Amino acid sequence: MLGSISITVLLASIMVASTPILLAALGEMVVEKAGVLNLGVEGMMITGAVCGFVVAVTTGSPLVGFVAAALGGAVLSLLFGFLTQVLLSNQVATGLALTLFGLGLSALMGQGYIGVKAPPTNDVNIPLLADVPVLGRVLFQHDMMVYFSVAMVAVVWAVLKYTRTGLILRAVGESGDAAHALGYKVVRIRIAAIFFGGAMAGLGGAYISLVRVPQWTEGMTAGAGWIALAIVVFASWKAGRVLVGAYLFGGVTVLQLNLQAAGAAIPVEYLSMSPYLITILVLVLISRRRSGAGAAPADLGKSFHASS
Amino acid sequence: MNFTKLVATATLALGLATGAIAQDKTKVGFIYVGPIGDGGWTYEHDKGRLAVEAAFGDAVETVYQESVPEGADAERALTQMALGGADLIFTTSFGYMDPTINVAAKFPNVKFEHATGYKRADNVSTYSARFYEGRAVQGLIAGRMTKTNKIGYIASFPIPEVIRGINSAYIHAKKVNPDVEFSIVWAYTWFDPAKEADAATALIEQGADVILQHTDSTAPQAAAEKAGNVMTFGQASDMSEYAPWPRVSSIIDDWAPYYIARTKAVMDGTWESTDTWDGIGAGMVGIGEISDAVPADVKAEAEALRDALASGEYHAFTGPLNKQDGSVWLAEGETAADFGDDGLAGLNFYVEGITAEIPN
Repeated sequence: MLGSISITVLLASIMVASTPILLAALGEMVVEKAGVLNLGVEGMMITGAVCGFVVAVTTGSPLVGFVAAALGGAVLSLLFGFLTQVLLSNQVATGLALTLFGLGLSALMGQGYIGVKAPPTNDVNIPLLADVPVLGRVLFQHDMMVYFSVAMVAVVWAVLKYTRTGLILRAVGESGDAAHALGYKVVRIRIAAIFFGGAMAGLGGAYISLVRVPQWTEGMTAGAGWIALAIVVFASWKAGRVLVGAYLFGGVTVLQLNLQAAGAAIPVEYLSMSPYLITILVLVLISRRRSGAGAAPADLGKSFHASS
Repeated sequence: MNFTKLVATATLALGLATGAIAQDKTKVGFIYVGPIGDGGWTYEHDKGRLAVEAAFGDAVETVYQESVPEGADAERALTQMALGGADLIFTTSFGYMDPTINVAAKFPNVKFEHATGYKRADNVSTYSARFYEGRAVQGLIAGRMTKTNKIGYIASFPIPEVIRGINSAYIHAKKVNPDVEFSIVWAYTWFDPAKEADAATALIEQGADVILQHTDSTAPQAAAEKAGNVMTFGQASDMSEYAPWPRVSSIIDDWAPYYIARTKAVMDGTWESTDTWDGIGAGMVGIGEISDAVPADVKAEAEALRDALASGEYHAFTGPLNKQDGSVWLAEGETAADFGDDGLAGLNFYVEGITAEIPN
């Protein structure tokens, strides 16, 4: 069935296609673990995409571009943090507004950058390992952001599971009142989580504009933020499963395009719906032992105020 | 959904409030499927809108909404625009066909113009361009230039407009290069730069060294540029920022004269429901400059084909042509009719030689 598709090249391009969603979903998972539902992922991604692109083009350095993208996404997320945590606005409505705002702001910032070429992001070959046949090409010949995104999965998992910081963050997400009673600064911790989520979404967006496409086009994230949000839920707020979900979605998307290009005798209708179906199916299956709702942070989406 | 949409809504509200003053202005609305900065399809429609503003100055007011999803949400956007006092509304994508007809029935005094569709009413016109004429020129250049004899085609949705383009490009590539093969990838989107780039990369990995696209963004151009030895064509817009290579030529949609003429008709009260389908000859389809990356003889051949299509001396679908199943479509010397059985307007089959199947 795979016919003329080169498996190594395919797997490598799957990693490229999955990285934006992985970064954004991982950030959003931390935000939700702290009890905040930020639906503005799409807006933060597109803002990161434009900030990263503009700065990378201006400075000629993709690395500086990625830093700027993280900052751009994070600064935008602070707006959400201020509105929902300080002014106690509704999180769902504010998140949706953040997406609208991000799309408009990025279109404005990106004027004059349409058709401009991004500086190339070079692959970093890991010494020795990159030369291993097959595996070397698949795993160890990528750009820095692919390694970074996978490393962040491990970092987020370890921090949440084994550190005091992670414990406090989860406590805040499970019960803001209880955490407050213990003397933790609930609002500050949540804003810090929102900041982290914004930075990660910004990086994900910049990965699209600097590596995956690479160019700036208005609205170019085209719904990737919503996919990231869905993956967090279906992955039942676990870093490892977010990785599985993002790679499945990105992987099946790229695989089905490759199957079409190779002329596989599978009806295109099934191929094009397969990324959604397979991702949901697999994540639901691996999460079936615990009920999905049980895995959600108990205070998810609830506003906290010290007086209540 | 984005900021501009909010602005557009606010403008609508303002328009209502100041209705008394603005009454003598003709209000023209546009519904776009992508952002105006897509660099392709929507970008060109918006250029048409700006041309209307430039042509009539204070006598018109234009409003638009970007990235309106095809389907039920389009009805909401259209209703809002009609309620906002628009006199004439252009709906610029195939998927707005039924929403346009539905909303038009509720607003008999508002004129509607639907692009690329085939359903009309007393207050709904249709208009489209014969993009397939441009595809013929692309097919010729692609057939002459390909070294791997593999041509990749990023298709959007299986609708007649897209199928006409694939057939036309294939026929004219095959004519100059009998060994040519087409790989077709259906992206099921008009605008998703990441997916379009992935589709281009997949085709390039399969050995395609020419990429034709029927999606709206410049992402496939960027993917081809990254690959290096792959040639592309601008789609809907010139995409000249990727010239002279990978973009070697383009199809440019020029909607401005049509939009100006139809706005004028509304102002004069002479607007009637019509069906317009113009090609290279009428200037609705332009062929972007063929770059120096194309050898002079191929360029001359392509320009001769362009001129023959423009003058009407040659039709892009001229027999003998068989359908994919081998049955006769057009006999020797016969040209395809616009309407009727097997007509171009409802074309739903590939010509003989294309190995893929059209999705349902």
